[in-house]
Amino acid sequence: MNLPDENKLEKLKKRRQRIAFIILGTIGYSIVAILISILTFIIVKGISVISWDFLTSMPEEGMTKGGIFPAILGSFYLVTGSIIVAFPIGIMAAICMNEYVKHGTAKKIIKQMTNNLAGVPSIVFGLFGMALFVNKLGFGDSIIAGSFTLGLLILPIIIRTTEEALKSVDDTFRQASIGLGASKWQTTKNVVLPIAFPKIITGMILSIGRVSGETAPILFTVAAYFLPRLPQSMFDQAMALPYHLYVLATSGTNISESRPMAYGTALVLVVIVLFTNLLANALRKYFSNKVKMN
Amino acid sequence: MQSSSKKFSERFIEGLLLISSSITSLTVVLIVLFLFKEGLGLFSHSAIEEGNVIAVNKNNQVSVLSAEQLKDIFDQKIVNWKELGGSNDSIILFRLEDISNYYSDEQIGENFEHLPECISKLNDSISGIISFFPDKYWTTGFKGKKIEFNKITIKEVFAGKEWFPTAHPAAQLGIAPLLLGTLWVSLGAILLALPLGLASAVYLSEIANKKVRSILKPLIELLAGIPSVVYGFFGLVVIVPLIQQLFNLPVGETGLAGSIILGIMALPTIITISEDAMNTTPRAMKEASLALGASKWQTIYKIVIPYSISGITAAAILGIGRAIGETMAVLMVTGNAAIIPHSLLEPVRTIPATIAAELGEAPAGGLHYKALFALGCILFVITLIINLIVEFISSRKKYQNS
Repeated sequence: MNLPDENKLEKLKKRRQRIAFIILGTIGYSIVAILISILTFIIVKGISVISWDFLTSMPEEGMTKGGIFPAILGSFYLVTGSIIVAFPIGIMAAICMNEYVKHGTAKKIIKQMTNNLAGVPSIVFGLFGMALFVNKLGFGDSIIAGSFTLGLLILPIIIRTTEEALKSVDDTFRQASIGLGASKWQTTKNVVLPIAFPKIITGMILSIGRVSGETAPILFTVAAYFLPRLPQSMFDQAMALPYHLYVLATSGTNISESRPMAYGTALVLVVIVLFTNLLANALRKYFSNKVKMN
Repeated sequence: MQSSSKKFSERFIEGLLLISSSITSLTVVLIVLFLFKEGLGLFSHSAIEEGNVIAVNKNNQVSVLSAEQLKDIFDQKIVNWKELGGSNDSIILFRLEDISNYYSDEQIGENFEHLPECISKLNDSISGIISFFPDKYWTTGFKGKKIEFNKITIKEVFAGKEWFPTAHPAAQLGIAPLLLGTLWVSLGAILLALPLGLASAVYLSEIANKKVRSILKPLIELLAGIPSVVYGFFGLVVIVPLIQQLFNLPVGETGLAGSIILGIMALPTIITISEDAMNTTPRAMKEASLALGASKWQTIYKIVIPYSISGITAAAILGIGRAIGETMAVLMVTGNAAIIPHSLLEPVRTIPATIAAELGEAPAGGLHYKALFALGCILFVITLIINLIVEFISSRKKYQNS
């Protein structure tokens, strides 16, 4: 029996590798191409609709003309509201878990529960928000009910990013501060938090993007199909960008005529997400360079 | 003095921090409480529309009906009492609006004051009658027999093949079509996304050079942040018409459209997580393999992939979990027909889409409302289990590594 000579085997191996790499590379690049083409599609179709008027005027004629100002304003209120709800709680929870309760069952339970909360589907948040804030607490469909619901939704994200930010602070800072006679809280407040702050902010910016795009949780807690006037207080209903896009795309009075409005709304949403992500990335990079330089 | 006040403030802050950190746990508990309180309330209801009565002739041998039987009767699929174990007598339907076929306006009275009497007489005189009317007309001395309804059972809900919560006179609350729809769409999505995502992850982590990777990875992560309603919109204007043309279908809103969109949405998750897992392969292992004469490709599929298999599994399961819970995109592209799907080229309806589409119209506290909360419970439990599995897999990995 002839053993296949080594050269041939080597060649076969090389050829297999080349084929495999070509296939993998093609798949990899085409995936990226698909994802980019989705973005490009939205941008190209939407860009002609965007104008100052589109962003600042009310919808008209059954949402086929005019602008999306009330939806932008509503989303702005919701983002602000949910950040006010989630940011302090999230940061304090992360401080507690990273600086105070470092080990033990309590931490394990808290961590597990936070992970569980992060995994709850957004429509379940919608159900819960409706049952608790809208019905039980009697807020009705309102900005405040939506803000609380969305706030709870982004709480795990804020906790996680803050925890990571706190973890990245070198222990020598803490030891030095304690060594100088500072208490634990003084150390946390004056030493750890200022160093971690830029990273904490990036978490907040990312959650702005998330809140602006969430639709399911606001369906039954705040979102209105159409409102002739702007919300007057936090107990009013509001329009919001993602729900507005859903309405324009599926159930407007005249779907084909409101399609350009839908493209415009989708573009605004995409821009918010792109902008928040880029900003967060840039900040992260900027501050990590700065820390290194010191 | 000063030190004691400092101690107090420290303690106060510590308490505050502890309270904050327990908020997530509290929220999970509250979610469970509220969801299950409303959802389980479903099983103390009977399926017949609240405030209504079903009555038959008092000589009728049938005295208990299920919701499904009742629906079949009123859909005229069951036309003889014999089929329900009664005597051989054809079924005559009576709804309140049919009263004018039997009695004139004068007989009923100007303010319907004789209406209960009329219904009673009808039930007495027609032997095969089954009548459906508000229970305020069920007066004392009513000559007829009330049909009893069992409470809705768990079996009825899980095995029921029809979801029609607003049906008259009895709501059909079978969730089998919704469960199957959710599974079909999610499985389709993962079958599309897993091989493609895995291939991209291998390329990114092992083959692409550093510069390409540093551009592509943030890009893919960025796409995970695009709102689902935007993906849904894209699916609606691009993929749905495409499928309609390609397969020559009457409508393009199908399970396949849902699977494709969910697959695209799951890609970033799968790519980043499995890429991270592959990156943890110890360099020594890879180098040992290369030093033994294996090609880079051999090293990838004999060393890197087996080593990171648990991370890849976690990515796949997490992808399924995301797909199962995803609402808006699916709602927009799957057509939302609550029928048991036979192929991916039919409209399907998933659990989250059902909740999103119907909760707005369900009166709070009613049967429909509770049924939707029950769906929420099921969704919550499924995703919770999936998350626990993922955590179990990744924690075991950590344990192995240390």
